[in-house]
Amino acid sequence: MSNGTPTTTARAGSKAQRSAADRTQLQTIVLRFVRHRPAMISLFVLLVIAGFAFLGPFFWTWDHRVSSDILSNQPPDSAHPLGTSSAGHDVLGQLMRGAQQTLKVALTVSLCATAFGSLWGATAGYYGGRTDAMMMRVVDVFLIVPPLVAVAALSGNTAGGTTWSTIAIIIALFSWAQIARVVRGVVLSLREQEFIEAAKASGASAPWIIIRHLLPNAAGPIIVAATLLVAIAILMEAGLSFLQFGIQLPDISLGQMIGEARTAVSTRPWTFYPPGVLLVLICLTINFIGDGLRDALDPKQTMVRR
Amino acid sequence: MTTENMSNTETDVAAHGDAILEVDALDVTFPSDDGSLPAVREVSYALRPGEALGIVGESGSGKSVTSMAIMGLLPKNAQVEGSVRLMGEEILGLPDKAISQVRGKKVAMIFQDPLTSLNPVYTIGFQISEAVLAHNDVGKKKAWERSRELLEVVGIPSPDQRLRQYPHELSGGMRQRVVIAIAMANDPDVIIADEPTTALDVTVQAQVLEALQSARRETGAALVLITHDLGVVAGQVERVAVMYGGRIVESGPVEEVFYRPRMPYALGLLGSLPRLDEDRAERLSPIRGAPPSLMAMPQGCAFAPRCPMARDLCHTEEPGLLRTLDNGDRVPPQPGDAIAHVAACHFSDELSEGIRPENLFRDADADAGTGNAGPVAAPSGADAPAAEAAGSERAERGPVGEPEVLLKAEDLVKNFPIRSKGLLKRKVGDVQAVSGVSLELRERETLALVGESGCGKSTTARLLLNLVRLTSGGVSYMGKPLQGLSDKQMRPLRRDLQIVFQDPFASLDPRMTVADIIAEPMLIHRTRNGGAKKRVKELLELVGLNPEHGSRYPHEFSGGQRQRIGVARALSLNPKVLVLDEPVSALDVSIQAGVINLLEDLQEELGLSYLFVSHDLSVVKHIADRVAVMYLGKIVETATTDQLFEAPAHPYTQALISAIPLPDPVKERTRERIVVTGDVPSPADPPSGCRFRTRCPKFARDLSEPEREKCVQEVPGLLERGSGHRDACHYSEVVELL
Repeated sequence: MSNGTPTTTARAGSKAQRSAADRTQLQTIVLRFVRHRPAMISLFVLLVIAGFAFLGPFFWTWDHRVSSDILSNQPPDSAHPLGTSSAGHDVLGQLMRGAQQTLKVALTVSLCATAFGSLWGATAGYYGGRTDAMMMRVVDVFLIVPPLVAVAALSGNTAGGTTWSTIAIIIALFSWAQIARVVRGVVLSLREQEFIEAAKASGASAPWIIIRHLLPNAAGPIIVAATLLVAIAILMEAGLSFLQFGIQLPDISLGQMIGEARTAVSTRPWTFYPPGVLLVLICLTINFIGDGLRDALDPKQTMVRR
Repeated sequence: MTTENMSNTETDVAAHGDAILEVDALDVTFPSDDGSLPAVREVSYALRPGEALGIVGESGSGKSVTSMAIMGLLPKNAQVEGSVRLMGEEILGLPDKAISQVRGKKVAMIFQDPLTSLNPVYTIGFQISEAVLAHNDVGKKKAWERSRELLEVVGIPSPDQRLRQYPHELSGGMRQRVVIAIAMANDPDVIIADEPTTALDVTVQAQVLEALQSARRETGAALVLITHDLGVVAGQVERVAVMYGGRIVESGPVEEVFYRPRMPYALGLLGSLPRLDEDRAERLSPIRGAPPSLMAMPQGCAFAPRCPMARDLCHTEEPGLLRTLDNGDRVPPQPGDAIAHVAACHFSDELSEGIRPENLFRDADADAGTGNAGPVAAPSGADAPAAEAAGSERAERGPVGEPEVLLKAEDLVKNFPIRSKGLLKRKVGDVQAVSGVSLELRERETLALVGESGCGKSTTARLLLNLVRLTSGGVSYMGKPLQGLSDKQMRPLRRDLQIVFQDPFASLDPRMTVADIIAEPMLIHRTRNGGAKKRVKELLELVGLNPEHGSRYPHEFSGGQRQRIGVARALSLNPKVLVLDEPVSALDVSIQAGVINLLEDLQEELGLSYLFVSHDLSVVKHIADRVAVMYLGKIVETATTDQLFEAPAHPYTQALISAIPLPDPVKERTRERIVVTGDVPSPADPPSGCRFRTRCPKFARDLSEPEREKCVQEVPGLLERGSGHRDACHYSEVVELL
């Protein structure tokens, strides 16, 4: 097997790479990402959704609050393109605000938990032995405590417990452990590779090896876990809101909207489908973007694709 | 192309009568996203009953795919064309049920890796019986009986006990012999052995080859021996076919091909091989460039881009396999002489009798330096300028005073604890990887550490660099002790002590560009701020790579090129000592020579000291000034290279030297052998007294009972024989082997 892998240095392959020789690493990664069509389309869609969520409210007459000018239970018409809710909200206004809050929560959770979790997991995996055992027991504690119970206990009893940032931090606190476990597993096999020993032999310190070698090589699983976490965070936030522990009315999130509309799927479909579809879109696009990132960061994978 | 087909049809006619296996114009193509990959092209050969045919080639030359195609073991997406006839019957494209009748019964196959070709959950006896029962319904008892016989044939001691054991209880060599026993279970007519000894140590390899020969004698089967090792071919087969780029480029009787090659590739392969039986001052002559990629097969002759004789014709027209007559005419092989010496080269008549590979390929080196510096041709091109210099200087470099001792190890001991399972993890024993090794590495010297796998040579190398913590003993670098230094205290010393790893695929971070990889040590040590880029280019040039390729990733390079990157990284801090841990053992022969030459040149140029860890005595003989032979964690003999190879004193060294197959058919078959039996004992429980006594031929044959007692009781010390030659044997005696 070893030497049999055809090297792309051969003549025919070199045409595309000759120009590649002048680019920096970052440029190459960007170029690879741009070539990944599903990821590019998803990125565009996600940007549109983000624009809708964050800029939309400045251009739309109604916000997410109840207004006495709004008739309740109206199907979509020209004044309210997505209709109105039973309490007298403009669904479009609610949708904008909901998407905004959901995006904020989901992305914050994903970023914080992934950053912390992968550092934790990589450190445990790299040192191994007793350090690993201790660090992973901490992870176990976070994995076995039912997050809903803990979140309920925390968010119900803290000041400002229902703002989006608190919710995000609480959810992150209970999701980094999964990432840590995944990353540790990958690092356990990576650290036996010779290039890690090579770095040690040239005098690299432990943080250097973890950040420059282990984490980049674990990028694939990390990105997959991070994108999954986005979906999980959205669902968890929706669950929390539903249980009255998450974002509270009059503020709104997509999960909460779906929860509110769940009894009216057939009678008032306009209150159910828009947040539902948007939620699925956000999860899907982030997954595709994750795929694209993973491929762009992996020097080998794209070579095969093309 | 027409001549090609003609020659094929004619060989068929010739072979029909007596051939047992005929392969005719076999083509194997793998469809892929990048177009189809022609793995095997127009391979034809005929095998007569009882004959042994060797197929040699580098990795990717299609030698394994050919045999898999014959056995019908290729994945479904492979497109196989041509014909394979077994005793006149077509077996290519047979339905699954029909081919099952052929496999095992008529054609048996032995795979490379004995660790994975046996099922770990069944006993040895069950697996051999299963093979017997698959084709002969003789009943379980008889099958078991037969299994016992088979184990005896392949030379496994106490077969009754072995039959009840599971594969993991047997050593690699033992397992490979079990695989051979399975292969001969049904008296096949043809045995195909695909690199049967590549994964094994040399002394074990000798035992397995012996088992293979007795299997042949027993069953009268014809043998197809696929290997990359020219030495193995020279001793084991009568006829050899050389494959390159998916085609057979030369074939004929083994003496003909080895002594009078008609194709530059075969000549080049022989020239790039370090020889145990030749003077070490001789510089290797590597073939420039790398084997062709299947995705971009060159037009015309596949070897043309690397061939020093290539002309325009070679790049346009693919040569057919032709026979050269005594009068210099080249004709397609006649019916009736299927075994004739044929070669696929337009200019094979120019390879006159007695041409030396170094003449042909060294000229080529010089040309490459000036001409095309394409990515593939670059590496060996850079070897050229220093070539002459190195050859002459080596002779002149005499002992001018006593050179300074750089790295000194005293009584190194490394035990890896074996812990009990369960919660407490109590220590229940020690794997004694290194027990009392003392070494001295002097300035500008190459010290080789030789031994079979598991003898502790790599651990010793890592102990010297303080990459593994010592159990006891001491290492000092220029008088400064290294043991007990923290990572931080060690860092400044790391500049002087660098390492190159065995596996060029695992030792480079796949996520970093080559420039980043080479610059990393400089970043860590904060040297050359800003100048790193320039330095990377210098280094790439120094190791014979195109300096413009810095922004590429490791996977875009071939094995040899990657190993050069590893060397460049090690050199980036201007070290004084380079530890080379099996630096060429993962490389193909034609590539290996280029890396060895590079290492020699760098030593001359930069005044480096090498600690060269290797299992390959031929390479060691070529590159080292002094050699230390290790066995089970101890040094058993140390001497200058000349002393060691001319007058080995320790029985283990003697056995090691005589187990290495020489790429010379006549010498290989006639030389005297010192055979070692059995396998290396476990380092967790080494034998008392002399650790080699359990396998020692002297102990077994020549010694009297009281003398043996001494070997069992007393650990032999490493004693001086004179002029620095030391060995650890109570009854050592010099033997001349080469």
